[in-house]
Amino acid sequence: MRREPLLNAAVFLGLLAAVLWAKAMDEPFTITLATRVAILALAGVGLNLALGLGGLVSLGHAVFFGIGGYAMGILASHAQSYSPLIEWPVLIEGTKSMPVIWLVAMAASGLAALGIGALSLRTSGVYFIMITLAFGQMFYYFAISWPAYGGEDGLSIYVRNGFPGLNTLDPIQFFAICYVILGLALWLFSRLSRSAFGLALGAARQNAERVMAVGIAPYRLRLVAFALSGVITGLAGALFADLNRFVSPTMFSWQTSGEIMVFVILGGVARLFGPVVGAAVFILLEHVLGGLSEFWHIYLGAVLLVVVLFARGGIIGLIAGREVRHD
Amino acid sequence: MTSPLLDIRGISKSFGAITASEDVSLTLMRGEIHALIGPNGAGKSTLIKQIAGNLNPDSGSIWFDGRDVTALDTVARARAGLGRTFQISSLAMEMSVLQNAVLGALGKRRRVMRFFRDVMRDAALLDVAHAALAEVGLAEAAGTRVADLSHGQRRQLEVAVALTQSPKAFLMDEPMAGLGGEGTARLTPFLDGLRHRAPILLVEHDMDAVFALADRISVLVYGRIIATGTPDMIRQNPEVRAAYLGDEALT
Amino acid sequence: MSLILFIEQMLNGVQFGVMLFLMAAGLTLIFGVMGLINLAHGSLYMIGAFAAAWVAGMSGSFVLALIASLAAAAAAGALIELTVIRRLYDRDHLDQVLATFALILIFSEGTRWLFGSFPLFLEIPPYLSGPVTLPGGIEYPLYRLAIIGVGLLVAAGLFALIARTRIGIQIRAGEADREMIAALGVNISALYTIVFALGAALAGLAGALIGAIQSVQVGMGEPVLILAFVVIVIGGIGSIKGALVGAILVGLTDTLGRVLLPAVFAQFMAPQAASSVGSSLASMSIYILMAGVLVMRPSGLFGKA
Repeated sequence: MRREPLLNAAVFLGLLAAVLWAKAMDEPFTITLATRVAILALAGVGLNLALGLGGLVSLGHAVFFGIGGYAMGILASHAQSYSPLIEWPVLIEGTKSMPVIWLVAMAASGLAALGIGALSLRTSGVYFIMITLAFGQMFYYFAISWPAYGGEDGLSIYVRNGFPGLNTLDPIQFFAICYVILGLALWLFSRLSRSAFGLALGAARQNAERVMAVGIAPYRLRLVAFALSGVITGLAGALFADLNRFVSPTMFSWQTSGEIMVFVILGGVARLFGPVVGAAVFILLEHVLGGLSEFWHIYLGAVLLVVVLFARGGIIGLIAGREVRHD
Repeated sequence: MTSPLLDIRGISKSFGAITASEDVSLTLMRGEIHALIGPNGAGKSTLIKQIAGNLNPDSGSIWFDGRDVTALDTVARARAGLGRTFQISSLAMEMSVLQNAVLGALGKRRRVMRFFRDVMRDAALLDVAHAALAEVGLAEAAGTRVADLSHGQRRQLEVAVALTQSPKAFLMDEPMAGLGGEGTARLTPFLDGLRHRAPILLVEHDMDAVFALADRISVLVYGRIIATGTPDMIRQNPEVRAAYLGDEALT
Repeated sequence: MSLILFIEQMLNGVQFGVMLFLMAAGLTLIFGVMGLINLAHGSLYMIGAFAAAWVAGMSGSFVLALIASLAAAAAAGALIELTVIRRLYDRDHLDQVLATFALILIFSEGTRWLFGSFPLFLEIPPYLSGPVTLPGGIEYPLYRLAIIGVGLLVAAGLFALIARTRIGIQIRAGEADREMIAALGVNISALYTIVFALGAALAGLAGALIGAIQSVQVGMGEPVLILAFVVIVIGGIGSIKGALVGAILVGLTDTLGRVLLPAVFAQFMAPQAASSVGSSLASMSIYILMAGVLVMRPSGLFGKA
């Protein structure tokens, strides 16, 4: 049982060490890969809140990832073309400031999660999976058919957005931003999972009847968890867009939802560091297998099948034991 | 103090052609244990579900603590002060015994929407939880995972979780089920004392326990209450003997 | 809009709905009998389309191509049922989602590896091409009419299969109570393989039929799969009747929405804005329909509450 916290610390510091090594060796591409890991892990931390703690199998988290991305794309594109977003009833201008973009991304994805959650959580089980998947597809097609922001082609942002006091164009400084945010999100997740809310949410996953019998409504718990989950994944979307300086409807696609889920499962559902390990392994596989074969998704699929069929509990489960800690 | 705490007024429920509850009226007075007995298939589960709020009656009403709660769901009825134990243990299996007890304490105290503080360090909740576990004799097992508990311990935990809610009334569905002679012998005096904290509507198959504990007994047969009265009255009621007990005399 | 155009679009909607039904029927059957959610159903659709295009290219026969699509999809279905899917029946939905997601990756990349990234084309045979004149002077493509006919035939066959035959009785018994049919001495694992292969064959047929009016390419299955999910959510899980009603509803809503909404917005907006707002909304219309059904009936129109 003591192994998991050690493993977590090793993973978190390992990511930092990899970046510092890359900096020393002057390998900016590795820094970018590590930044991708941090951002995708953040998206996974968001999903892990709904999926791991709440047991809500959402196959539509690309919605929040995409909304975060488009929040960045829309605000920054208006800023770079000096055209206001809205002129009436109030004048709203675009912005290139990361903190503002993050706030907008989190608010928008949180609201979307509230709306989608309020509808989807009326059901459960397979219905919930299908409905979240369908809502993801709805946003995908909407992004494609809405011509104002690039439609199918997406939006390019020429210069990365700014953060006061930092040079975000320097890979290591941008990594630092993402790394700190990931750390904060993990800290939040660990607090949340030990809080009264986390206890009740976990209990509702295991036995909704029991939770209702003590006077707690599972629907409200789940809705709040789903919304918080959307907020975190939305923030990851905004950072991802800034990393690539590009947003496109692909961020909304069902593959994106599937991949975010794969990060969580590969690492270990409900484990604090599950998404971090999962995202790191995913990027590593992509890098290594992608170098070996153009068709590396076949191998990814095979790895995933093996993990699901034979290694329940994910990679952390394999290393640190299957039981999730409880005290 | 003469008005009943729980007042079930003529509820009926049918599923298609099957009448599960027919004009059932039942009261639970403060300080009493009111036992509900009946042969299998008499409609006890359906009745319990209507009282707890899982099912809505087709007609009639349910009053609790002076309020009409007929339209309220299980959550609202639990908040109103109805503490329920289930026939088949219904607990968060992956959590510890203490966590289950803390969960019960949470619901009552409306402390669910707290996101940062470690709930297992919340002294107020822990006090309630530990006290309840001690009362049912589970203090030693506080750190054990529920999945690793014995059947009897799970039954005890069911009661403990209900205690943490400090309910106004208990609704207990076969708390003795599967406890065995020793377990029943321990739970019986405990329930006996519990009635003074909050009255108990007790559905139970163990006749020894029922007749030892109950102030009043109601007999449900084919969805109808055919008799309500003191244990002595029920024992002597010819209709009960005929319909429910056959010729096996109650001793 | 003229009446003739409207009827034409109605027929397009029905044709689309019939295709969705072929997908949704298999999914809902598999869920009803085995309790499995199968994301790889779209891959079976794709396999049917590729098999048909390949066989048509080799033999020049459309009939052979359709037979190939049924056979290839059924074989692929039986293969994954025997190797992977049957390990998932006792697992939770999350494991089912992930394992079948993994199957999508394997099937999609495998197909790309075999056939390349460029789309294949499946020609409509001469005897089914060209328009046909319907009563009222409406000209309508014969092939699309044939699709409607095939789809309705399959639907009728499926209803008959489930209502009349021994295997249908076993399927219904399996939906009601899994232990019961095992107790009756039915070979459950064989039944499951047959049901899965049947569902796969329907998906493969749908892929082949649509392959002739769209291009045959990797990734063609998943958008249809997700629409089939919408159909099932609307119709209610496990109900073939629900799948049929839901599919036609979705087909009509989508097709008519694309035609009508831009026209409606053109009444009070500039033409260009109207077409962009209208088409964006049209792309959302079926999901709005789904949301509406969810609010009214969370377990679908024909689902068990």
